[in-house]
Amino acid sequence: MITIENLSKKYGSQQVLNIDSLNIPTGQSFGLVGNNGAGKTTLFSLLLDLIQPTTGHIINNEVQVNTSENWKPFTSSFIDETFLIGYLTPEEYFYFIGDLRGQNKADVDALLAQYQDFFHGEILGQKKYLRDLSKGNQKKAGIVASFIGNPKVVILDEPFANLDPTTQIRLKQIIKELASQKDVTVLVSSHDLIHVTEVCERIVVLNKGEVVKDIETSTETLKELEVFFGAESANVVVE
Amino acid sequence: MFKQFTSLQWKSFFRSSNLGKSLGIKIVMGFFAVYMLISLAVTGGGMYFILRKIFPDQNPIWIVSQYFIYWILIELMLRYFMQKLPVMDIKPFLTTPVKKSTIAHYILGRSAASIYNLLTLFFIVPFAIVLLFNNYPVLNVLLWVVAIKAIVLSINYINLLVNKNDKVLIAIVNLLVLGYGLDYFGVFSIKEFFGPVFHALYAYPITVLIPVALALLMYYVNYTYLKDKIYLDAKLKSKSVEANTSDLAWTKRFGDMGSFLQLDLKMIWRNKRTKSQVYISLLFVFYGLVFYTQDIYSSMMPMKAFVGIFMTGIFLSNFGQFIPAWDSSYYSMMMSQNIPMRKYLESKVSLITVSIVAMFLLTIPYVYFGWDALAINFGCALYNLGVNIPVILYFGSFNKKRIELDQSPFGNMQGASATQFLVMLPVLVVPIIIFSIFYYIFNLEVAVGVLSVMGIIGFAMKNYLLGLITEQYKKKKYGMIAGFKEKAS
Repeated sequence: MITIENLSKKYGSQQVLNIDSLNIPTGQSFGLVGNNGAGKTTLFSLLLDLIQPTTGHIINNEVQVNTSENWKPFTSSFIDETFLIGYLTPEEYFYFIGDLRGQNKADVDALLAQYQDFFHGEILGQKKYLRDLSKGNQKKAGIVASFIGNPKVVILDEPFANLDPTTQIRLKQIIKELASQKDVTVLVSSHDLIHVTEVCERIVVLNKGEVVKDIETSTETLKELEVFFGAESANVVVE
Repeated sequence: MFKQFTSLQWKSFFRSSNLGKSLGIKIVMGFFAVYMLISLAVTGGGMYFILRKIFPDQNPIWIVSQYFIYWILIELMLRYFMQKLPVMDIKPFLTTPVKKSTIAHYILGRSAASIYNLLTLFFIVPFAIVLLFNNYPVLNVLLWVVAIKAIVLSINYINLLVNKNDKVLIAIVNLLVLGYGLDYFGVFSIKEFFGPVFHALYAYPITVLIPVALALLMYYVNYTYLKDKIYLDAKLKSKSVEANTSDLAWTKRFGDMGSFLQLDLKMIWRNKRTKSQVYISLLFVFYGLVFYTQDIYSSMMPMKAFVGIFMTGIFLSNFGQFIPAWDSSYYSMMMSQNIPMRKYLESKVSLITVSIVAMFLLTIPYVYFGWDALAINFGCALYNLGVNIPVILYFGSFNKKRIELDQSPFGNMQGASATQFLVMLPVLVVPIIIFSIFYYIFNLEVAVGVLSVMGIIGFAMKNYLLGLITEQYKKKKYGMIAGFKEKAS
């Protein structure tokens, strides 16, 4: 589904991302892990053509992302709260996104009905604009908005951050269900190793912009990751 | 403690990330401020002689006293729009061992030093100096100045209590209109009723104690109010309004563009800055009165072309110059969504088109001043439609500065950069030059005709031009995304 080749991004002389080659097959649930500044958001921004690559390119379902816009109809994402339109109510926002993705009101309502649990009665019918919701509730709205219109590729940056424990558990369920559909590719980044090992089939570790680990998730994965990041912190101490 | 607060405030000003970038704009604004203060001072100094001339048999201070009630109301109104409430970033101090009373005193003390409290003084002090030179009793005049300063401070603190309450604003405006109406039609003279009250401040120096006591009382009321409100969930939390959902179903008739149109309408209506801009635009309908009612301008046709372009295009320039920065806070979402750039722009075009047509319809009454007024406004409206819309959209692609929608537009230069000054050239100056050339070589009909034809040609080429502009927006996309992410402080 997604092929990355020779991708790099430099700001001045500082290299923030450098990936020789990475291939994400259709239907995979893909987890991206790394410390702050490892290049996770940079990679996602490149995937969405929000920044230009210094070298190389990304191909999303046979569409080269930085030359054509035809990847947009089947790709959806929630990166951060700047993806929300503050002066709309959540409903209006969902309908707006639905409009952009060719879904009418009934379609959107049907989809929202599936996420009643996830919303926990705090999103719909609140008579509040998105800008007045709490950070966590804003995130819930943004995440669900990214499911509108049957996207084939869903990109979520740090979806678990700022959510309460109940919602985190529900979100894991949702992502697992999404990933179980054979034709939906899910890309998730996280700081939380436990969450990401639970929902993703494959985990890639970025460090200073480079892929340092690429593993199929198994029962050993969490331990392996903990050892890796533990060693990182030990290195820091030694340095 | 006060010293530390002040130094923090100082740092927050000089270390704000947009200080260096917009220094030019700050200088321009500073220049305007100085200009205003100087004009106030000059008027104040000259007021004595002006009043002596207009009302030779009355004492100037008596006249000033009569109108003082209006000044108070107007000042309250101005402050509603202009004055920012002095909130400093209190959050970090809540958990430090600083007394709440100290914080409250500091906030109130700082608001006393606001520039708005100086405005009246800049008028009154020169006036008082002239009075002194004209052998008015020194003690009376000086205490009168003190009394007025105290009234200004009372207004300042009342304004804090009112805290941008719309109802109070409406009440003040009504009082102003009503009072003036009563005065004007001679039903009941507000002036003569309040005149002696304010004159007493001059005539009986001891009465200075009343406004001073009022100012102190207001300070105290504010202080007790504020002291108890220094909690995260009370004063410091910004108010949230209840959302009113509206689906604006009629926008669906515009097809693909409908959803953007709907978004734009909601944006304009639900955000302070855009909403005020609409009101301001509507007010500019009266701008023509300034020129049409004065004989000096009756033969200056280019001036009328200026007014025509300006009145029919006010929303075009106010709103258009910041496209697409209005959407800056969620621009990266828009760019990663399945959005046809062209439809997005078309929606902005139709919104501006509607505004131009509406403004033209509103200016039709100027036909009272002659048919040429109507003809000029019509030509200008066509020119705005056909030529200025594409021009302003094109320049919009150079916008890279973020706009926070929920801030007041008054004195708010957010999102402004050199582009905004540059775009005024083609939008405002070029049509006037064209008009003048054809007017002076030929006549009025030809000049209006040329503007109209240019507008119609532009309108006919709309699709082609919009295509070019769409390409330009796509090209500038990355710069815009990066620019809009930088928060202005």
